[in-house]
Amino acid sequence: MVEIGHFALVLAFALALVQAVLPFLGAVTANERLMAVAGPVTVTGFALTALSFAALTHAYVVSDFSVANVWENSHSLKPMIYKVSGVWGNHEGSMLLWVLILTFFGALVAAFGRNLPATLRANVLSVQGLIGAAFFLFILVTSNPFARLVPAPIEGRDLNPVLQDVGLAIHPPLLYLGYVGFSVCFSFAVAALIDGRIDAAWARWVRPWTLAAWVFLTGGIAMGSYWAYYELGWGGFWFWDPVENASFMPWLAGTALLHSAIVMEKRSALKIWTLLLAILTFSLSLLGTFLVRSGVLTSVHAFATDPSRGVFILAILTFFIGGSLALFALRSAALTPGGVFHPISREGALVLNNLFLTTATATVFVGTLYPLFIEAFSGDKISVGAPFFDMTFGALMVPLLVMVPFGPLLAWKRADLYAATQRLFVAFGGALLVVLAVLAVVDGASVAAALGIGLAVWLVLGALTDLALRAGIGSVGPGVALRRLAGLPRSTYGTALAHLGLGLTVLGIVGVTSFQGERIVAMRQGDTAEIAGYSLRFEGMRTVKGPNFTEDQGIFALGTTAGRDLGEIVSAKRIYPARQMPTTEAGIRTFGVSQLYVSLGDVTSDGGIVVRIWWKPMVTLIWFGALVMMAGGGVSLLDRRLRVGAPAARKRRDKVAVAGAVS
Amino acid sequence: MTRKQKRLSVIGGGMGFLALAMLLVFYALGQKASYFYMPGDLAANPVAEGQRIRLGGLVAEGSIKRGAGTEVDFSVTDGTDTVKVVYNGILPDLFRENQGVITEGAFGAGGVFTADSVLAKHDETYMPKEVADSLKEKGVWQE
Repeated sequence: MVEIGHFALVLAFALALVQAVLPFLGAVTANERLMAVAGPVTVTGFALTALSFAALTHAYVVSDFSVANVWENSHSLKPMIYKVSGVWGNHEGSMLLWVLILTFFGALVAAFGRNLPATLRANVLSVQGLIGAAFFLFILVTSNPFARLVPAPIEGRDLNPVLQDVGLAIHPPLLYLGYVGFSVCFSFAVAALIDGRIDAAWARWVRPWTLAAWVFLTGGIAMGSYWAYYELGWGGFWFWDPVENASFMPWLAGTALLHSAIVMEKRSALKIWTLLLAILTFSLSLLGTFLVRSGVLTSVHAFATDPSRGVFILAILTFFIGGSLALFALRSAALTPGGVFHPISREGALVLNNLFLTTATATVFVGTLYPLFIEAFSGDKISVGAPFFDMTFGALMVPLLVMVPFGPLLAWKRADLYAATQRLFVAFGGALLVVLAVLAVVDGASVAAALGIGLAVWLVLGALTDLALRAGIGSVGPGVALRRLAGLPRSTYGTALAHLGLGLTVLGIVGVTSFQGERIVAMRQGDTAEIAGYSLRFEGMRTVKGPNFTEDQGIFALGTTAGRDLGEIVSAKRIYPARQMPTTEAGIRTFGVSQLYVSLGDVTSDGGIVVRIWWKPMVTLIWFGALVMMAGGGVSLLDRRLRVGAPAARKRRDKVAVAGAVS
Repeated sequence: MTRKQKRLSVIGGGMGFLALAMLLVFYALGQKASYFYMPGDLAANPVAEGQRIRLGGLVAEGSIKRGAGTEVDFSVTDGTDTVKVVYNGILPDLFRENQGVITEGAFGAGGVFTADSVLAKHDETYMPKEVADSLKEKGVWQE
């Protein structure tokens, strides 16, 4: 089974080369038979990669420790879900997942791209094949997951305990679907440059891919953030760690691409810029892969450090980024510029959005890579953390967020800013009221915190205002308004939901950073600690045995300070004997959107235990907002306009109807 | 304005905005980035009181002292020099004697380093890269 997987992987590499070369030659020489090779080869390549992935998964499921990768990262006693998710909980397996998703997207383009212009389709699949070939080669040469061990060990070394969590089953696949999804946009951009032709139809094709990739990436980042929050026991949701930034940069650039593609689709403007963004977004995804996988950065994500891998990925990076940018420099002048517009218009607002988002991407880029540069050139070691990003990224985000509600209210081509402002009067009033209420009600609320909350409310109300205005609520009867609301295009709902979700996330971030309470106390059995109107009484410790770990649980009786009993919170420390490694299992209780978070520390000299307790107001809104953003993207994806196959499908149905009538 | 002038003004505005943002970025880097030191570096040229730095090294053997409260003392060493560190809070799961550690904070009065964060290692073989590099130079630690 393992050898079949290995063999399938080698075959997939060979097919990827075929996929890269033949359709491209076909497109150049206008040879339809060569171009037609692309489809079947792409689908077969995906099937082979899936077979290879299945073989590795099988080795994990049956705990075949004769495979080095399984031995290093698995254990026979590990629960089944972690045996399966452990397949990508290591460098080799995660790269295999990477190419699996890449070939999957390639196959989707091949399957659904029948009504694309033939040369465009051939070129897109050819570029996809080239990316695939590079990464297949990388896996086969430097990170082969199928390498055998002789003699086979009896027991495996177990997966890093931090990774033994459902988070591993969700976070990497979502993140990769996002990262790799942008490869399709990249391939379309490069194909358009090769073709020397780009039009609104191109944008209509690229936008669903961008949307889908963006939805997955949003989910991947949010899931990663929540996972780090509850698993690491530090109670933080974002650390500005270079590895996090590596996924955040493509997200920012992808968000910009999402918005500029709208302009291109609707108004045929910003063509060249959109192309560049598509290239940059995937380049940042590749950069993220490089940063995380090369071992340049040490973190939980750098499973192993092997210099040859770093050099190899760097070569891939240089080839694709350098090549595509060179092609862009050569060919972009040949593309026809698009329509003009007045600065105050929907297009203008979207350009401003792009300006802020790309600049924000640049600040994150500098903050992430500057320490590497400094170390390479002067040998000084510096770290760039939250204070830097608050000052730069934060400063850029505030004006952008203030402007968000205006965008959807402006008309295309030329808009009336004054009228839009008037329409946002209610939203502004609501936000202002909330600011005043926060200042009046919450003790010790700073003006900045109140304004932050107000900004979040402004975003939420702004999104709702857009829907209300389009439905004509207030100007027509409720029945008509309801009917209009139901008839709004899905993309309008998508925009409103995404902006609303953004508002919720901002609300969560501001809420938890401004109003969280934290207590570090040494507690002995029977001691009580109070925080934010809740009281915790330490009831003592107990030891529990899990399948492949033992757990020391601290039991806390939870109640309100007024004396109401709320059951117990269990916070624990685990020891995984296979790796002699401890992990923290924080005790978390959710109240509405807020959470009480308890994490255990060391034992003190007098037999007590150090306990860290946080009150995290509105914290779950951070991730709930991300879910709403994803829902917005999903709803937008369902818009008729974006369903590329829709007209063709109807034709077919007509034929069936005719056939039915005849018989 | 002609079409070309319009285009140029948009590009010019964008570039100006980007330049402004980059000025802010490099100002912030100067202000907010914290430098990494080993105890030996600090013995050679001490940093000012209150300046945020990262201090890395090995946790000195027998130096971890935990009282009845939540404060914990330990020393960070590179084999030759040692710096005393005070930290209030929960140490990472893998904080042990003779293990690599990075702490972030500033020197207070009396030359004691007050850390506000102690960085966690993620597995038993992981050594913070900065610490590993510096220790290798000194020959204290080998891979």
